[in-house]
Amino acid sequence: MSEKQKDFIRIRGVSKLFGDFVAVDNVNLDIGRGELFSILGGSGCGKSTLLRIMAGFETPTAGTIEIDGVDITHLPPYERPVNMMFQSYAIFPHMTVEDNIAYGLRKDRVARPEVTARVDDVINLVKLGEFRKRKPEQLSGGQRQRVALARALIKRPKVLLLDEPLAALDKKLREHTQFELMAIQDQLGVTFIVVTHDQEEAMTLSSRIAVMEKGCFLQVGEPKEIYEYPTSRFVADFIGTINMFEGTVTQLGDETIIVNSAEAGTNLHALGDHAVEVGQHVCIAVRPEKIFISRDEPENADDIKVRGVVDDLGYFGNLSLYRVRLSSGKVIQVSSQNRQRSAKRFVEWEDEIWVSWRPRSAVVLRD
Amino acid sequence: MKKQSRLIISILVFGYAFLYIPLISVVFYSFNDSKLATVWGGFSTRWYGELFRNEQILDALFLSLRIAASSATLATIFGTMAGLILVRFGRFRGRALFSGMITSPLVMPEVITGLSLLLLFVSMQQLFGWPGQRGFATITIAHTTFAMAYVAVIVRSRLTAMDESLEEAAMDLGCRPLRVVFDITLPLIAPAMISGWLLAFTLSLDDLVIASFVSGPGSSTLPMYIFSKVKLGVTPDINALASLIILVVSVTLLIAWIVTRKTQPRASS
Repeated sequence: MSEKQKDFIRIRGVSKLFGDFVAVDNVNLDIGRGELFSILGGSGCGKSTLLRIMAGFETPTAGTIEIDGVDITHLPPYERPVNMMFQSYAIFPHMTVEDNIAYGLRKDRVARPEVTARVDDVINLVKLGEFRKRKPEQLSGGQRQRVALARALIKRPKVLLLDEPLAALDKKLREHTQFELMAIQDQLGVTFIVVTHDQEEAMTLSSRIAVMEKGCFLQVGEPKEIYEYPTSRFVADFIGTINMFEGTVTQLGDETIIVNSAEAGTNLHALGDHAVEVGQHVCIAVRPEKIFISRDEPENADDIKVRGVVDDLGYFGNLSLYRVRLSSGKVIQVSSQNRQRSAKRFVEWEDEIWVSWRPRSAVVLRD
Repeated sequence: MKKQSRLIISILVFGYAFLYIPLISVVFYSFNDSKLATVWGGFSTRWYGELFRNEQILDALFLSLRIAASSATLATIFGTMAGLILVRFGRFRGRALFSGMITSPLVMPEVITGLSLLLLFVSMQQLFGWPGQRGFATITIAHTTFAMAYVAVIVRSRLTAMDESLEEAAMDLGCRPLRVVFDITLPLIAPAMISGWLLAFTLSLDDLVIASFVSGPGSSTLPMYIFSKVKLGVTPDINALASLIILVVSVTLLIAWIVTRKTQPRASS
């Protein structure tokens, strides 16, 4: 891993304006060779525009993009060492599967025997052997996705851009394809940049994720880092579910922060040397699975403990979800794994219970 | 339920009758043996035979076909270019004006179009001596100008429905923009171009008003010939000719319809 180039793709100060609207706002990013990098964000956050800038379909208003040390900012799409898999797959309807896949090589005037050999290779890679003579209209959604992938991979691009690669597939197929995509990426070692609005997809696929909002990157990091250590409310809320308690910092220790929160109805403490001041308004965020639920008061003195009433509960087989109403009226979500087999629930609707969590499970968010 | 459907069927029958009885009567009387167009004198195909011995009619017919084929071809080339520019070249300056001007021949009264083209040809002749004689060339130009509006509209709607990322994908795979037009765009809008061509062909074949304005002595198109003959009274050979025209136009439109229909589901799925 260490010899891998960390700044294989260098995006520096890239902005894109459409009239007055700032689609991409001064974005800086390094992506390493062989990474599977995801850009995650809601619709209209600028992620697709950024991808189109990398593909060459949009010219950035400012900034530069380098791939493997070469500035490609002003290269037209047909001269970039980059290929793209479109959200609509954009398979040429008047060509067979084979011709679609071979198209890129033919445009490069690759010799015919080599075209045949390379088409065979990718067709095997994406397991489309029996469909090679078919027309696109005779293919299912999953097969079209493979054609699009094969067509984009055949030129052995330095970077493969994937725009919502799985959005057009149904749920079962999506999960399956997700792992196939990862296996292919691993096998070829091509750098993948995936744009998606689906946080689950980004979490499972990627080596790193950039969360984008209003044209800016809010946080860039490994999936685990983004999930466990979000740096902003938007990221915390966007990735998974999280309970947030508004409050004011009342005390700062060496490693602990004490926050008075009316929403929790108690003082909350959290770990970490965060750059906060006494009196500052902050937010304590806890993931539902980090919260324990019990009938009796938890014994551990360090834990944060709050009383509540079970408002609602849902049984999902492997886990149970609870909505607990605290005395302040705030409703939080708690999830717990159903470890024991039992037909009887250990808490019921309207039961008085305790919720508790470890101080280090909580995240302090400043904005 | 039953009542309603009976009502609908009778409305339908009435509507079709209203539209097609005149046409059917033309076809019917074309097989009339009598010399008087409106008196039935037994079945005969002799007027069809007479038709093909009439030099004047044949000349007019070949002129019309030549004009229709060449103006349809020109209209398809220019109309496709106009459609491409309107849909694929973004928001250039004067786009709205261009779009309006492309479609205006659709709503312009034919008399105005014909008159203005005649004035244009006359002043062109005075300025640089071309066209010396009005006929094939002038009628073809006139028909091209109004038929290309129809082609542009058809091509434009086809292009709008087409996924733009197809062209982007071709470029992404290393194809230069001009080549993309021939590799991807034209094959995919070909059905629209074909039906545009067929429509332009029938429009040109049908046109009487504009052709009357811009034609000169000795160059009568088929509609002009028919119209001048009918002024002297309907003769049965005109009925036969009209029947043949109905046949040709219906077949052309049927082909246009089949071409569009065959390629439509592929685009939508």
